[in-house]
Amino acid sequence: MSVNELYILTPEIFVAALALTVLAVDLMRLPNGNTLLCGMSSLGLLVAGIFSLAILPDSTRIYDGTFVADEYALFFKIVFLGMGVIVIAMSYKTVETNLERPGEYYALIVFSVLGMMVMAAARDILVAYVALELLSFSLYILVSYSKNEPIVTEASTKYILLGAFSSAILLYGMSLLYGVTQTTSYAGIAMRLDAGLSLSDPVLLIGLVFLLAGFGFKLAVVPFHMWVPDIYQAAPAPITGHLAVASKAAAFALVLRLFAEAFAGVFTYEWAVAVGAVAAVTMTLGNIVAIMQKDVKRMLAYSSVGQVGYLLMPIAALGMEGAGDLLASGLMFHLIGYGLTNFVVFACVSSLSEHGKHNIEDYVGLGRSSPFIGMALTVGLFSLAGLPFFAGFASKFYLFVVVADVAGGIFIWLVGLAILNSLISLYYYLVVIRGMYMVIPDEVTRLDIGKWNTVVVMVLLLGVIGIGLYPGPFVSWAQSAAGGISF
Amino acid sequence: MMGILTANILVPFLGVFLLVALPSGRSNLIRVTAIGIGSLSFLLSVVAFLGYDYKEGGYQLRESYEWLPNIGIGFTLGVDGISAVLILLNGFIFLAGIVMSWAITPRNKDFFILLFLLAAGVYGTFAVLDLFFLFFFYELAVVPMFLLIGVWGSSSDFGYFARTKEYGAMKLVLYLTAGSMLVWLAIIAIFVEAGLGTFNMESLASAELSRTFQIVFFPFVAVGFGVLSGLWPFHTWSPDGHVAAPTAVSMLHAGVLMKLGAYGILKVGMFILPEGAIAWAPVLIGLGTVNVLYGAIGAISQTDLKYVIAYSSVSHMGYVIMGLATLDPIGINGSVLQMVSHGIMTALFFALVGGIYQQAHLRDIRVLEGLAKRMGVTAAFFGIAGLTSLGLPGFSGFVAEFMVFVGTFRTYPFLGVLAVIGAAITAVYILRLMSKVFFGPLDDQWAHLSDPPKYQQATAGVLAVTLLGIGIWPFPLIRVIDVGVADLLRAMGGM
Repeated sequence: MSVNELYILTPEIFVAALALTVLAVDLMRLPNGNTLLCGMSSLGLLVAGIFSLAILPDSTRIYDGTFVADEYALFFKIVFLGMGVIVIAMSYKTVETNLERPGEYYALIVFSVLGMMVMAAARDILVAYVALELLSFSLYILVSYSKNEPIVTEASTKYILLGAFSSAILLYGMSLLYGVTQTTSYAGIAMRLDAGLSLSDPVLLIGLVFLLAGFGFKLAVVPFHMWVPDIYQAAPAPITGHLAVASKAAAFALVLRLFAEAFAGVFTYEWAVAVGAVAAVTMTLGNIVAIMQKDVKRMLAYSSVGQVGYLLMPIAALGMEGAGDLLASGLMFHLIGYGLTNFVVFACVSSLSEHGKHNIEDYVGLGRSSPFIGMALTVGLFSLAGLPFFAGFASKFYLFVVVADVAGGIFIWLVGLAILNSLISLYYYLVVIRGMYMVIPDEVTRLDIGKWNTVVVMVLLLGVIGIGLYPGPFVSWAQSAAGGISF
Repeated sequence: MMGILTANILVPFLGVFLLVALPSGRSNLIRVTAIGIGSLSFLLSVVAFLGYDYKEGGYQLRESYEWLPNIGIGFTLGVDGISAVLILLNGFIFLAGIVMSWAITPRNKDFFILLFLLAAGVYGTFAVLDLFFLFFFYELAVVPMFLLIGVWGSSSDFGYFARTKEYGAMKLVLYLTAGSMLVWLAIIAIFVEAGLGTFNMESLASAELSRTFQIVFFPFVAVGFGVLSGLWPFHTWSPDGHVAAPTAVSMLHAGVLMKLGAYGILKVGMFILPEGAIAWAPVLIGLGTVNVLYGAIGAISQTDLKYVIAYSSVSHMGYVIMGLATLDPIGINGSVLQMVSHGIMTALFFALVGGIYQQAHLRDIRVLEGLAKRMGVTAAFFGIAGLTSLGLPGFSGFVAEFMVFVGTFRTYPFLGVLAVIGAAITAVYILRLMSKVFFGPLDDQWAHLSDPPKYQQATAGVLAVTLLGIGIWPFPLIRVIDVGVADLLRAMGGM
């Protein structure tokens, strides 16, 4: 590597500098600090996006091949930066009413975005781990920014403990892998595995299982999902959105590249079925438990557990014949479609929780008291359930098709189960919608959610409808980006 | 250049945009806009129908746009003789439904927006030649029903049991979505099994799908779509849904939406999975016969006017399913004509019942008596719908059902007998209902009733005249349908 190649890191360096600048500006205690810092951090992320696009993607690897700026990394960089901007925009009102010192809050979001960007670009398990920890530590603090004191304390303690625990498991798995392969780079691991290692090697198998368990915690895969409902409920709604969408997308970006580049060669049919079974249990349990929830954020927490089940399907199919960029693009496109949809929902939930509405019961009559939020939430929930003509429908259909298409349809049973789960999820979304429109409350007091929130929701809504009607460009972008990782 | 079919699908969306832009306080402007869009839409459906050259046959008015090329999804449009007729039906019923909703309150803007989405979904389902988009539009037609029924519907208390509109809406949507989930799985399975990397229905129909595969997956398609067409034993959402629905929604729902189900069985099940259809035809025709008898017997025992009509719908959709399952040219012709006939007839029924309910505020046939003396026009039109329903010669129902009977006698004579018995039972409940509700002695408590407003009478009149027209001269429809049926049977393997 030469110093000349450091330019590849420009977006990352810029984002890191942005986070530090936001902290520094906050120290000046300027009037209108919130507006300034919010604008600064979101514009900064947009500029980082321009930098990322300006650097032509190639397979140049720096730091001895541990970091790469290929099309795959670029895809996720853009996605994460966009998600960062959305989370910051969603937070503006919440921060204004709840926080005196906004600087830390925005800086932590920017830091978490930095971690996510590196996660997608890393080609070495240690770099990936460090990036993951940067994301996790930012989130540990972010979830505790809420006025709801008692449950926040409990939830954030829980989150830190379980997070640290899962990191330990992950690290242990990585050390076992290193023991077997004597390398930490993805390519090196793949080479060693090609040279004759298989899953019948107990150390490798245990290492992989630990790895899966560790990521399982981060992704909230059943049975490692227990932290999800409490933390989702306690965190401020924009951060819940961040957790549910961006951090999950980052973990999938990491897992997809790691498993495809390092392990796809050793994944046997049994392994695929085992991961497929985990996916099946995850989606089913998440969706069934979601039915019983009364708090909207808890319901969405379980529903997101269910969604992780769908996203796990392509991971299960990775080692199978016919797995390739099409399969990977299914996962990547669904992360966009599902992510954007979830942001719509959380933006609505966020503007409603500013008015003290947290339970499904509180949403009764929303169609009257706040027609716009009612409509947006309806669109968001329909899109989550996978109904046309929204982004969630297109991305889910595409995901299910590419998973079913692997290896002559061996996963059709899993896709069938996923479809059944979509039906279950539709039920509990309909319950919310029924409350909003069909139950007429005794008196209707108009909710004013403010111009800012309206604009944010409107933009997200247009995105959800736009992608739903014309997904072509996004899908081909995802597919060509997926070509960057080698299977 | 946008073709006529795209225009057909887009005009309702145009209506959605226009209505969104209108302020919700301007009810009259909203109504006029809605009727304008509805008329334009009907006009376009007539153009599409006339644009189909039945002498040539095959798929016509084709259009194709790329949408998701990497898994072979294209926005491909084209109609055959069958869908051309059904598009015309949709345009007709849709306009009638909008006119009937002139006085709908509250929030008529939102009501019409959802109604337009529904109509776009129905047009799309009939016009596309791509499995993905068929599913897309099918779902689009189902979802608005939830809000249409749940918000604008009415709850009924029958004393010993109650049916709220929320219950009706939820039950309907869950049943229909459950059905469409089966369809979804089948569509993906067909895509994978064919291995052509396309969702184009014509390509898939000519793909080599193994017989076992077809036999396994035909039930998914038949039951999945069958739920929407009221296939027994998955019909129970239909009466509850209709009773809860507002008049226009009932009209559209029984009038065109239930036909989507039968059309799906025909277009996906029989066209793409012909061997599966042949293998399962005896079961399907058996279920269709149960539909006919069960629906008719159910209708006899109901006391609520809307329940009677809803069960009679279940019964009449049975003829549609039977006709399809005969796999006989005359039977399928009859089945498609029955879709048209039943669509118009049920729309008329629901329109009239809506008019009665508006004034009497109840629909109990044990209490309503002698209405003909106050509501002469309603009684006359109800008579026409009723006679169509029981299959009297001269009305469209006779032509359609007669062809279904012929088709059934040629294939399953025993079931043909049962189907005729079904028609006889229909005569029992229709005539009993008419003699009681309309032609009995006038009860004083109904002395204040009068015929519904003129625009409703006119709508009902047009529907009634159409029923007569088709009954007397069905040829313009039959010659188009027949081309479609011949094409279908040729595609299924030259039967």
